[in-house]
Amino acid sequence: MEDLLHYHYDVDGGNFASAGEASVQVKRVLRQMGFPPDLIRRVSIAMYEGEINMVIHAKGGDADVYLSPEQIRVVLKDVGPGIKDVALAMQEGYSTAPDNIRSLGFGAGMGLPNMKRYSDEMTVESTVGVGTTITLVFNAF
Amino acid sequence: MTVADLVQQSGWSPILLADDTREITGGYAGDLLSWVMGRGQYGDCWFTIMSNLNVIAVAQLLDVACVVFTEGVVPDAAVVNAARLHDINLIRTDEPTYAACVRLGGWMQ
Ligand SMILES: Nc1ncnc2c1ncn2[C@@H]1O[C@H](COP(=O)(O)OP(=O)(O)OP(=O)(O)O)[C@@H](O)[C@H]1O
Ligand SMILES: [Mg+2]
Repeated sequence: MEDLLHYHYDVDGGNFASAGEASVQVKRVLRQMGFPPDLIRRVSIAMYEGEINMVIHAKGGDADVYLSPEQIRVVLKDVGPGIKDVALAMQEGYSTAPDNIRSLGFGAGMGLPNMKRYSDEMTVESTVGVGTTITLVFNAF
Repeated sequence: MTVADLVQQSGWSPILLADDTREITGGYAGDLLSWVMGRGQYGDCWFTIMSNLNVIAVAQLLDVACVVFTEGVVPDAAVVNAARLHDINLIRTDEPTYAACVRLGGWMQ
């Protein structure tokens, strides 16, 4: 399937106090393009969780959004520490977030489960010491 | 009820009313942001004691009707400025979260 549009965002790893900017921008773009509100909500929430994870667990990364009329694909790629046990990380409540991050309201261990729940397809490729790439697919209908 | 109705009924202090015609269709109380992301709904009145910038991103992405800071929490200027940029209604109260939720529940009957 051909992607009509591609948006790229550098996700800054240093600034977890104001992370989430890429997701907020994507939400605005999708709204301008007239995608259905429910789809926009699912995409922006799932992308936000992935964006925040890159900031707090991997010192930042790249977010790419590919749009076609049928499908929205979000690819979150970082060169952080990787996830040793993906199945464990996907469980609700599992978190390795440090205390200073928890005090900002993160660390419930709900981010990856939310990404799974809000997307139609989710693939996690992760290698310890190399990085993590998460692909989220959302069907427009 | 609208956000304007809420402010009037509750006596809670508006910090920023970007659009007080927003309809409140439900409520959610929580401080763990991805919990809120997973459970909060469009149109909710969101009660929280979290007051950092990430609250604004979550409020914006969920499109809640308003954020109510409870238990005497006061957000700083950067948070209010971000809310202004994204048209988020912000309210505060000294009331405990539970009491505030109970009152909203009564008005929403
Ligand atoms: N991009 C990543 N790089 C390395 N580890 C990650 C990454 N994303 C997630 N993890 C690991 O998976 C765990 C679970 O992630 P998840 O998003 O579900 O919860 P959390 O980020 O810890 O808390 P929450 O998302 O609820 O604020 C993290 O604590 C972390 O150990
Ligand atoms: Mg997370």
